[in-house]
Amino acid sequence: MSGSDEEKVHRTIERVARESYGRLVAYLSVNTRDLAAAEDALSEALLKALTAWPRDGVPQNPEAWLLTTARHSVIDAVRHQRVVSASEPTLQLLQENTMEPNFSTEFPDERLKLLFVCAHPAIDPAMHTPLMLQTVLGLDAARIAGVFLISPKTMGQRLVRAKTKIRDGGIGFEIPQERELPQRLDAVLDAIYAAFGIGWDDMAGVDQRGRDLAEEAIWLARVLLQLMPEEAEVHGLLALMLHCEARRAGRRGLDGRYVQLSEQDCQKWSLPLMEEAERHLVEASSRGRTGRFQLEAAIQSVHAERARSGAIQWNAIMMFYEQLIRISPTLGTRTGYAAAVAEAKGAQAGLAALDRIDPNDIAAYQPYWAVRAHLLQRLEKSEATNAFDRAIALTEDPAVRQFLLQRRG
Amino acid sequence: MQFALLIYESTEAFAARKSGEADSYTGAWRAYHKALVEAGVFVGGDPLAVPETGTTIRIRDGKRGVQDGPYADTKEQLGGFTILELPSLDAALEWAARCPAASYGAVEVRLLDPQTRRRITG
Repeated sequence: MSGSDEEKVHRTIERVARESYGRLVAYLSVNTRDLAAAEDALSEALLKALTAWPRDGVPQNPEAWLLTTARHSVIDAVRHQRVVSASEPTLQLLQENTMEPNFSTEFPDERLKLLFVCAHPAIDPAMHTPLMLQTVLGLDAARIAGVFLISPKTMGQRLVRAKTKIRDGGIGFEIPQERELPQRLDAVLDAIYAAFGIGWDDMAGVDQRGRDLAEEAIWLARVLLQLMPEEAEVHGLLALMLHCEARRAGRRGLDGRYVQLSEQDCQKWSLPLMEEAERHLVEASSRGRTGRFQLEAAIQSVHAERARSGAIQWNAIMMFYEQLIRISPTLGTRTGYAAAVAEAKGAQAGLAALDRIDPNDIAAYQPYWAVRAHLLQRLEKSEATNAFDRAIALTEDPAVRQFLLQRRG
Repeated sequence: MQFALLIYESTEAFAARKSGEADSYTGAWRAYHKALVEAGVFVGGDPLAVPETGTTIRIRDGKRGVQDGPYADTKEQLGGFTILELPSLDAALEWAARCPAASYGAVEVRLLDPQTRRRITG
């Protein structure tokens, strides 16, 4: 096999690994509930593919090949610990599965169950997103640790602990009942949005790692939408992320300088992404159930409207924030509301809205101090310097730090 | 728990220290230090003079060895340290990420070793 052919095979393996990872892990673990074993088996199968495929050619159905190979190693692993009687039913289950008709036919997509398991209320909410990134997308612990600012060793341990809990804690791989579905779905959506938010804030569109994570989150939302096309909030979440993603190129000046949303050159925004976002927003609103993500997407939609009209309808943004605060009075929402009030009604009114937030909550919340600094400066108050200093100290982004230092003067 | 943030800086970063007060290096560090103090987590710390001004002593086999430096054989050298009182490593990593040096150099987070200190200080 020539070098370029081999390269092609490697690319195929990479693509199959990326596209099928979650489906394969979900299917391999749905009965055993043993995510770690499923992941190990899949990595082993991928390793085998690296030698077998260049030699024998890429199989007709690469996914089925990986599944069969992975399943064999799961069965082997279970056989090895056969002394442990608890593994007997597992082995039986696996063997029953092997009796199924040929793998070349479609196997069921169990990723939705896997997403619900990752965001299960019995799992520490801080681990929902890391679990999803690892089990559905196949990201390794070291990379996940980096984006969550946790030492790789600790992240590895926390992931293992969470998976042990799923295996031994009786957490079912199932779609939640109608009654608890809204709450459980919220947890899934939150976890996906958290991945996007980290990719977004952290790297601010420059660092490749951050960029990837935002893309991974959009990928997750697309998977979820494929599985639950009827849910308005899934459309809302995707619309929100697509609107933000559309502006990626506008977030930095030529020299890498930070550019505020309201100052961005709309020519740099991606029209196709904005249009796709709008389609999902329309789709969501046709279902007659508003929610947090639809409202956040609506706010972004008003900003996007500037590309057409040249103006920002701050009154509309303020009203969407008012609705949003009723559903989800987070620090982010309340700070965003205050910024919108300042544009719609003046800096003094915006400052008053900031003052209504509990001072105990905002000590380390950077956006609050950035908005506060700008409003105080607009009112020519000397306290602006202190607020700028706090905002400068709390950011991790050198471009934002530079921007604030210049504004502070 | 007390953590040391060990600040590693490049030659260019050491050079930036001498620039004016309004400069972004000093401005960013000043804001960061103020936030540490206001958050009540700052225990101590200082910047170190440039590595070339250092002198290193080793006594081996009864012989005294004295060397100038360290001279920069690695890209980044220890440029200072900050001791912080914080409840967890997670919190320390959060403050380390906000440290200006995290985006132009490196910040190593290391737990202090109070047990050894007690053994030594009695």
